[in-house]
Amino acid sequence: MTIMVPRKHGDASDGMVGGRLSRFEGNLKVTGAATYALEYPTEGVVHAVLVQSTIAAGKVVAVDISRASAMPGVLLVLTPEDDLGLRAAGDWAGTAPKDEAYYPLPRNVQFNGQSIAAVIAESREQAAEAARLITVSYEETASVKDLEDPAAGEGKMMGNLTVGWGDAEAALAASDVTIEAEYRTPREYHVAMEPHGLIARWEGDQLTIWEPSQWSHGMARMYAEWFSLPLENVRIISPFIGGGFGSKGQPLAFGAVAVAAAKKLGRPVKLAVTRPQNFTSYGGRAATRQKIALGATKDGILQAIVHRGYSETSVYADYAEQTGAATPVLYKVENYSSEHRIVPVNTVTPGALRGPGKNPSSYGIESAMEELAYALGMDPLELRLKNYADHDYQSGKPWSTRRLREALTEGAAAFGWEKRSHEPRSMRDGNTLIGWGIGCGTFPVIRAPSEAMIRILKNGRVEVVSGSIDMGQGTYTILAQTASEALGVPVDQIDVLLGDSRLPGSAIAGGSMLAGSITGAVHKTAVAARDELIGLALSEAGSPFRDTGANTLSLAAGRVSLPRDDGPSLSLAELMTALGRDTLEIRRNTLSDDAQTAEDQRRAWTTMAKVMGPTMGEFSMHSWCAHFAEVRVDEDFGTVRVSRMVSAFDCGRLYNPKMVESQWRGGIIMGVGQALLEEGIVDARNGRTINNNVGDYLVPTNSDIPDLQVISVGVPDLNASALGGKGVGEVGIVGVAPAIANAVFHATGKRVRDLPITLEKLI
Amino acid sequence: MKDFSYVRATSAEAASQAALQAGAAILAGGTTLLDLAKCGVAAPETVIDITHLPGLSDIIVSADAATIGALARMSEVADHPSIKAAFPAVSESLSLAASAQLRNMATIGGNLLQRTRCPYFRDPGTFPACNKRAPGSGCSALGGVTRNHAVLGTSEHCLATNPGDLAVALVAFDATVSFAGKTVLVEDFYRLPGDTPDKETVLGRGEIITGIAIPASAAAKNSIYLKVRDRQSYEFAAASAAVGFELEADGKTVKDIRVALGGVATKPWRARAVEQALIGKTLSAGTVEKASRLAMEGAVAQGDNAYKIELAPRVVVRAIQQLALKTAMKTGGLA
Ligand SMILES: Cc1cc2nc3c(=O)[nH]c(=O)nc-3n(C[C@H](O)[C@H](O)[C@H](O)COP(=O)(O)OP(=O)(O)OC[C@H]3O[C@@H](n4cnc5c(N)ncnc54)[C@H](O)[C@@H]3O)c2cc1C
Ligand code: SF4
Repeated sequence: MTIMVPRKHGDASDGMVGGRLSRFEGNLKVTGAATYALEYPTEGVVHAVLVQSTIAAGKVVAVDISRASAMPGVLLVLTPEDDLGLRAAGDWAGTAPKDEAYYPLPRNVQFNGQSIAAVIAESREQAAEAARLITVSYEETASVKDLEDPAAGEGKMMGNLTVGWGDAEAALAASDVTIEAEYRTPREYHVAMEPHGLIARWEGDQLTIWEPSQWSHGMARMYAEWFSLPLENVRIISPFIGGGFGSKGQPLAFGAVAVAAAKKLGRPVKLAVTRPQNFTSYGGRAATRQKIALGATKDGILQAIVHRGYSETSVYADYAEQTGAATPVLYKVENYSSEHRIVPVNTVTPGALRGPGKNPSSYGIESAMEELAYALGMDPLELRLKNYADHDYQSGKPWSTRRLREALTEGAAAFGWEKRSHEPRSMRDGNTLIGWGIGCGTFPVIRAPSEAMIRILKNGRVEVVSGSIDMGQGTYTILAQTASEALGVPVDQIDVLLGDSRLPGSAIAGGSMLAGSITGAVHKTAVAARDELIGLALSEAGSPFRDTGANTLSLAAGRVSLPRDDGPSLSLAELMTALGRDTLEIRRNTLSDDAQTAEDQRRAWTTMAKVMGPTMGEFSMHSWCAHFAEVRVDEDFGTVRVSRMVSAFDCGRLYNPKMVESQWRGGIIMGVGQALLEEGIVDARNGRTINNNVGDYLVPTNSDIPDLQVISVGVPDLNASALGGKGVGEVGIVGVAPAIANAVFHATGKRVRDLPITLEKLI
Repeated sequence: MKDFSYVRATSAEAASQAALQAGAAILAGGTTLLDLAKCGVAAPETVIDITHLPGLSDIIVSADAATIGALARMSEVADHPSIKAAFPAVSESLSLAASAQLRNMATIGGNLLQRTRCPYFRDPGTFPACNKRAPGSGCSALGGVTRNHAVLGTSEHCLATNPGDLAVALVAFDATVSFAGKTVLVEDFYRLPGDTPDKETVLGRGEIITGIAIPASAAAKNSIYLKVRDRQSYEFAAASAAVGFELEADGKTVKDIRVALGGVATKPWRARAVEQALIGKTLSAGTVEKASRLAMEGAVAQGDNAYKIELAPRVVVRAIQQLALKTAMKTGGLA
């Protein structure tokens, strides 16, 4: 059942780490041969359709299912009346589950679009039509629409996010030049091309789930806890994912509903979350608001940053979109104060969306820096370089590597920044105003252990086996490259198996931590496999190397030979035959030696308990970037088009530059959407997201995106990861929105402090 | 979506006959119909597929007129060399609409009958009140989010924008639409919402659009469609304008000018006041700007859509300017 992506030869670049190989699975995807979760043929499958609330807050008083139940093909209707027998699951952090029941179809309505019932029928159409015939009576209660709702209040202080050093208020008051401004970002959504959904199948007490997953092991654990199963009874299969962006890291209420229905019916259940339902079945990026005050000397030396942020959360769980996440690490500043509050409103609990925290945070600080530059009459690039942080002022630790200066200077050179004229509205082409802006971005290096298995087969092929996932970012490919380099076997001889919770444990594909973690595990395992193979070749009867007297062997280009190549030389297949072996299987992990118990491993692969933040250890470790944007604004229409972007990145060593560049560009494209188009629009009267479809929730099209020049200025950072890379997946979006907002200001003289920058804000 | 039966019509008469039954719906490209069925707005019992009817897909351009069959695809009309040459605004209105995939599926007849994008109209499960969908039930847009709603031709019962692009160009150039043996001006084909916003056109039950005709004119030949929106492509208009004009022999004075607006009105909107103000005048910046403001006579803002009143006249100005520039380049002198 596990998908194996075979490597076909045909890419000219070498297969080593750092080679520009094309994605192994790219061909399968563009030809439609890659099977996504909902496409698995499952015999006897029946279809579930969700019914969601149409009010923001209240109670389900009654659900009339009589018409629905009478429809042809309907097998089961689930409502809040049904006790599905589920237990609460533990959270990501690995906190033990609360000893309480879990109701994925709750009676208590806490947001508009909450799942409150489900219909299961023989066909999807039957289920959908029956779902439409369900009538729900509610007892409505007062609700809070969003962060700006007067009823929302000041929310709750997140003490753990209060950061301060020096005396920021006093330093601000004493500064020659100060600016203060408030910035807002709206609700934004993942809108992955592949909507959520799953197929659930029970065989006795064994549960198999086909569901797109950024974390097969973690999701398996949560399903196991919901259904009171041993972990090994749950299997998540997810070889291909049509985009996740943070939304596919944990099971969601609809998953519990589908699995419970499959259990009740004794048949496999497929549940496809409709596109509109995707807007409320899990949270997007929370709306935020932040006030920033900066103080500087006349010559532009930053004296103080005072930051007060707010983000919305749901009324039933705390989630902080940390508006202060990037603020303290970007610049040298001796006096700093930041607080963040979360404000409960009637929404689904927000979640992680590419660059959580860092993203809105950088929109705030990078807009504010540009405002300060104008208050000082200083070039924004010069201001940034002048206040370059020589170390991490928050933790007091040295950077592991930080090439943000190079990103700024090399990016500026490639962009032609020196030709800029400082005054707003000073560059135009007919009715079009042209503007340039900078936005810096950062994303922490998050480290986590992983496990891997290498199998050398009798036919000489090598399998790299891991339960980690590939949602398009290139895991298949870079793991083959890693194994190829460590084993001395060409990539076309390597197959990679991923996306199955039965396979060796792995960090989550989130927080930009997977590549660094899993390449480390594969590298370690491949080195061990190589040692093992050489050991056997030197010692086993039947091996032609046994009597050569050599104490080591060389493995290169898939052949085993003596170090000076003056004796036998065997292909892997020949050696395996000589050794009389069918397979050689090696499994290793990157947990420390004193944390190798079964419980350590369970916690490592299914919770975040072993994850290490950027300042755990001697250094402060982050990826960095600087974006340079050119916009063209139609002065009559207020329409903004990004006409050029240059972005320079420090992400350490790049395991595969081709794939890294596409991660960066993908992030930048999402950033363009965030700057100019994306906004969940909520009807204040009932909390409904009214643009809950891709016709109305606008993301950039091809013609909205100019050529995106990306530049790597990084150097290997061996503190950050075994192979020297830092995270690449999220940093690309961070800083794009302020670069564009700053360019819009430069073009028009209008500072838009609430995203997205739509035309009516400029005309 | 409700199960429905599918009938492939063999003749226009049979299709008409079948379409008279309760719960019947005509299927052309299906890009509106299926979309609305998924939203729960349309729930046909029977779908009558007319795409196999012969003789309804022709595009014929003569010296007098273009006649276009109701089943011609948007993309075919947009790319037709003679349409491009004699009716550039019509071609542009189509190629700036929707996406390539939709344009390849969608038909001209279906295009004229596309429904509003009013989010309240499209979400019956959450917003039962919608006079267009359920006459007399009220209007959920009032007091709601109205960024994309109309400012012209609205009534207290409905302010839904007619979202189409093609119809704007057709109205500008006095095109007609034929159905059930009748031929009416496209402008008269659409109705204002008044107190019956559910009745969008004069098409009767079971009547099938057979085609459209656009009379040739110097103004149609010298025309432009300008569409303004936040996203560069694949978005409905925040405001759009179809403009065409013919100059006197002096190469300066306006002999004939057509202006129609999209994205701002409850039906494709001919801006006759703007036309009247410009006929006999030269297209100087001041004159054009002043005249364009007349496009918004009678406009009523409803909350978030106020920007359209500012935007639409600017779109008209720009369309006229761009066309004037194009004309000047063609005739070799600047007007
Ligand atoms: C995401 C999206 C974006 C879009 N963007 C734009 C845009 O920017 N600009 C724009 O102008 N349009 C846009 N459209 C609308 C699109 O142009 C229409 O959906 C399309 O033109 C409809 O044509 P069709 O043949 O598919 O119609 P169908 O869906 O087949 O029919 C539409 C309606 O007309 C009826 N009908 C069809 N043909 C006839 C006939 N010959 N006689 C009588 N009744 C008939 C049907 O019963 C149905 O009620 C967009 C649509 C979508 C889904
Ligand atoms: S504006 Fe018209 S279509 Fe929209 S809700 Fe009101 S009546 Fe319905």
